[in-house]
Amino acid sequence: MNAIDLSRRGFLVSVTAAGAAFALTAPAEAAGAFEPTIWYAIDRDGVITVHIIRAEMGQHVGTAIARIVADELEADWSKVRIDHVDSDPKWGLMVTGGSWSVWQSYPLYSQAGAAGRIALIEAGAKLLGVNPAECVAAKGTVWHHDNGMSYGDIVAKGDLSRKFTAEELAKLPIKKAAEHRIVGKPGQAWDIPAKTNGQAKYGLDAKVPGMVYARPKLPPTRYGATVVSIDETAAKKVPGYLRAIALDDPSGTVPGWVMVYADSFVAADRASEALNVVWKTDDTAKVSEADLQARARALIADTSAGSLVVEDPGVDAAFGASKSTMECTYTTSTALHFQMEPVNALAFEKDGVFEIHTGNQWQSLVLPWLAKALGRKEETIVLRTYVLGGGFGRRLNGDYAVGAALASKAIGGKPVKVVMTRADDTRFDSPRSPSVQTLRIAFGEGGRVTGMEHHACAGWPTQAMAPFFMPKGANGQPYDPFAISGANHWYTVGAQRVRAVGNDLANRTFRPGWLRSVGPGWTNWALESFMDEAAAEARVDPLAFRLRMLDGAGRNAGSAPNAVGGAKRQAAVLKRAAEKAGWGKPLPKNTGLGLATTFGQERDMPTWVACAARVAVDPASGAVKVEKLTLVADAGIIVHPDGALAQMEGAALWGMSLALFEGSAFENGQVKDTNLDSYTPLRMADVPDVEVEFVASNEAPVGLGEPATTVVGPAIGNAIFRAVGARVRDLPIRAEAVKAAMKA
Amino acid sequence: MTTFRLNGRDVSVDTPEDAPLLWAIRDEAGLTGTKFGCGIGACGACTVHVDGEAVRSCVTPVGSVAGRAVTTIEGLDPKGQHPLQVAWIEAQAPQCGYCQSGQIMQAAALLKATPHPTDAEIEAAMTGNLCRCMAYIRIKKAIKAAAAKGVAA
Repeated sequence: MNAIDLSRRGFLVSVTAAGAAFALTAPAEAAGAFEPTIWYAIDRDGVITVHIIRAEMGQHVGTAIARIVADELEADWSKVRIDHVDSDPKWGLMVTGGSWSVWQSYPLYSQAGAAGRIALIEAGAKLLGVNPAECVAAKGTVWHHDNGMSYGDIVAKGDLSRKFTAEELAKLPIKKAAEHRIVGKPGQAWDIPAKTNGQAKYGLDAKVPGMVYARPKLPPTRYGATVVSIDETAAKKVPGYLRAIALDDPSGTVPGWVMVYADSFVAADRASEALNVVWKTDDTAKVSEADLQARARALIADTSAGSLVVEDPGVDAAFGASKSTMECTYTTSTALHFQMEPVNALAFEKDGVFEIHTGNQWQSLVLPWLAKALGRKEETIVLRTYVLGGGFGRRLNGDYAVGAALASKAIGGKPVKVVMTRADDTRFDSPRSPSVQTLRIAFGEGGRVTGMEHHACAGWPTQAMAPFFMPKGANGQPYDPFAISGANHWYTVGAQRVRAVGNDLANRTFRPGWLRSVGPGWTNWALESFMDEAAAEARVDPLAFRLRMLDGAGRNAGSAPNAVGGAKRQAAVLKRAAEKAGWGKPLPKNTGLGLATTFGQERDMPTWVACAARVAVDPASGAVKVEKLTLVADAGIIVHPDGALAQMEGAALWGMSLALFEGSAFENGQVKDTNLDSYTPLRMADVPDVEVEFVASNEAPVGLGEPATTVVGPAIGNAIFRAVGARVRDLPIRAEAVKAAMKA
Repeated sequence: MTTFRLNGRDVSVDTPEDAPLLWAIRDEAGLTGTKFGCGIGACGACTVHVDGEAVRSCVTPVGSVAGRAVTTIEGLDPKGQHPLQVAWIEAQAPQCGYCQSGQIMQAAALLKATPHPTDAEIEAAMTGNLCRCMAYIRIKKAIKAAAAKGVAA
């Protein structure tokens, strides 16, 4: 689901009141309720400042968006700057997630750049006394034959009153890939130098004079805990300890949190350990991973539960008339974000405005929570922007900002810097929910697939935090679109049913999170493992089995603007990955090559990715060594190729880490792993050979932050089967499970 | 009160002697390039040099560095142009960047002791430094590039 349509927003080009800047602002007639919007400005020196509303969390998003503007604007790249802005209603929806940033920005910022170029050419031609039709713009200068005028001079001297309606803007032609001068070309990311010398400012680095520190004393459960008593006796012995306050949170975001204040972080940390708090808890204080899985299995078995996301006519008939059927169940365990920078925020009230200094991925989501928590209007709250020490979806949930704001409010709006320790951060992560999924397939005459069902149960982050984002299924029941995406795949399988079920026990016990790719982290594990199992059942090569169903028929034909070519493009990347990896060639004993593919997250914005994983399995222990990952991606036009490659590399290794190195479990209502002594993401020594190829394309650019994450796990699982005949259905894959499956 | 040399100048901090060096560097000396990641010496984001050795400042008591020389990312090179920093940019290694001060400080200690490390030596030295963005391929590439050019200590 792509509920966010920024393309409706229009622009006009005008001179600001100050006269010094030239900007693109929303025309009143097209903007409706939108406030005037400024996306970039050019000053009298020709310096172009592009305003970036997306969080910088490692994807070099500012560089990518600036490239989009600069290319159409025909800017001098050396004069382009980026500015990561603070929250303001004028920016509209502020969210960084879903691999949406480049995809959403591309048409918008391209047309904004094109409009600027046209206006500058017209104004420049006037100043040069020539016909604008005879002028061109290049590298920040308007040229009439050999006679040129820089953008800075035009801004200083010219008339930039040219206006564009939203309709005119939407009609402005955008360059084809072959015409790009900046987009798609090599180049460095601007955020990187400051990340090599200690100068980049993360939320943790925010400070103001006179601030005190605080660490929350977290309750035993995420919800349902109330403070009974606070005993400061031991805390008072910590030098620097100031006080402890149970937060009063009308928004319900941080129930049961006790804030421990001190004059340094060290003192707040120690006092928090020393403070004795008694809470009254609810039944979730006993919940285990097994309880969560058992609840999911019960909900899967109850066919009346959940929402029918895909419900073709004739599913039951197809199964009834089938020659044979097969059914498999897959599970995934709780997984943690474990972004390197523990969540933190600095908050204070100044001149009637509440300022929250923090790294955040979804300002528009947390602002209403803050307003409710603080009992003040959103217009009087601002989120100051910092670089994020990792996002991966954790900072879509701004609960930590609410804790900090309330900590400040509780002491009269004075500045408080709230820092979670690693264990605090992990305990109250929004983890990836455990999941249970059952998949069924029906085979008709000649092994043809005639029906398929995918039932998935997990905790639903969108229900927990953004229920307004939930559409309704065919049976009228709402569902979390991000928690089921991936199951509504592009294979032609006859009559298809996809049922999404929210795990109510999960949503009561913890705050399920959006973790890099969200649903496909589990749906694609099940789907792509199942495709290999079904191919084996049908005695067909798993590559051929998939390609036969990626035929682009019916709803899988794809559509403009984002999914042109449909399933045929998925087939192409899969074929190419198999070919590159040497599919079908003999391998050493106990070594296997496995395939998997994905369309990313959403059918409206497919990023076509395939992976071939080569693994060696030690038959004595079941230990799996990944030797090589070969990935092929078709993401349309690639705006910042080196950044795109970095995202593919990182996402692929994330997928491998989640498949083999991570995974936690709930014990007594909390995740059992709170730090790196027991939670063990992949390290440098574990990195296999990684080869990534992009398909050259002129299609709309889509997202690259997440998709590669979800192909690697099933590719590894399938490779294990081909290496030693062991089928694993639980993620993460443990050596003991491989060993056990070998015996079975 | 503990006095030590920080990036070539003497500093005195009021932090209790058993408090982690990390917070003295960040909150007392005001140098925030050194990061807090795990607090148990297992992620490497807080890596600094003490008398030239890479240490985890989150588990190093500030009292233990009295009279010793501490170097942070800000002091690795006066212009931020240490061969590793140059190589890091050339390789476009950082993603979120949060671990990178620690990665660079760890790598600098490695190259000082072993100017031309093998892949296995790089992996052994760097495995204590978690990069959650998993930018390991480029970090390794950058270390090899800096080693190939020769790091003059």
